[in-house]
Amino acid sequence: MRLEKKGEVLIVRLEGELDHHYASKIKDAIDGAVMVGDVRKIAFDFSRVGFMDSSGIGTIMGRYKLMQAVGGSVSAFGVSKRLDKLISMSGVKKIISIYKNEQDATRGVG
Amino acid sequence: MGHSNDMMIRFPNKSANEGFARVAVAAFVAQLDVTVEELSDIKTAVSEAVTNAIVHGYENLKGYITVKCKICDCVVEISVSDSGHGIADIEKARQPLYTSRPEHERSGMGFTVMETFMDGIEITSALGVGTTVVMKKKVSAGQQD
Repeated sequence: MRLEKKGEVLIVRLEGELDHHYASKIKDAIDGAVMVGDVRKIAFDFSRVGFMDSSGIGTIMGRYKLMQAVGGSVSAFGVSKRLDKLISMSGVKKIISIYKNEQDATRGVG
Repeated sequence: MGHSNDMMIRFPNKSANEGFARVAVAAFVAQLDVTVEELSDIKTAVSEAVTNAIVHGYENLKGYITVKCKICDCVVEISVSDSGHGIADIEKARQPLYTSRPEHERSGMGFTVMETFMDGIEITSALGVGTTVVMKKKVSAGQQD
């Protein structure tokens, strides 16, 4: 995972397989970056994620709660058809915005 | 027709083995001419079941997880067993968004994902004895040449 800060947006570039093992390693780093960096929005980059299970949904929901607490929001981009099947059934689209590309995700208001 | 095969793997409840388990099952099932989507569904369901065994089944205990996979013609049957705490209320555990461990940031979607991505799921559990989840999926095609 790589973290990039662009203005008030924290871009979280996920890589590989987003399961419980991976999720438990990355969430503290993301939350730490939010706390120190005046972040108003987290944008998850899923374009290098080859696999995800419901642990990924838990990771998104956890970051949504965090951003709600500081008055911010969460978005995602680079979601493949495979990942979209899981994301759609989870209902997580009600709380985060999914964008086609990085420009829209970092600019969007959702 | 008439093709059948089976396998079994056993490993300790370490989260690093979640990836091993789903890839091992996928490699075994790939001897059937399955679609990429079917294989992905199976990997996701196995990952959910194994993660449940690690996070909930054993919680702070150490133990082993057994994954068995049978293929018979076009039907894949996978069982994931642990010898952990067991589930007190299976109906409650199956409810979407229910989690017994909110502090662990579980989405509560594990069983719902298994039910959605597979064709059938059976859970048997006894407190202090352990839990077994059996999942079945009918795949599109038979054995590869």
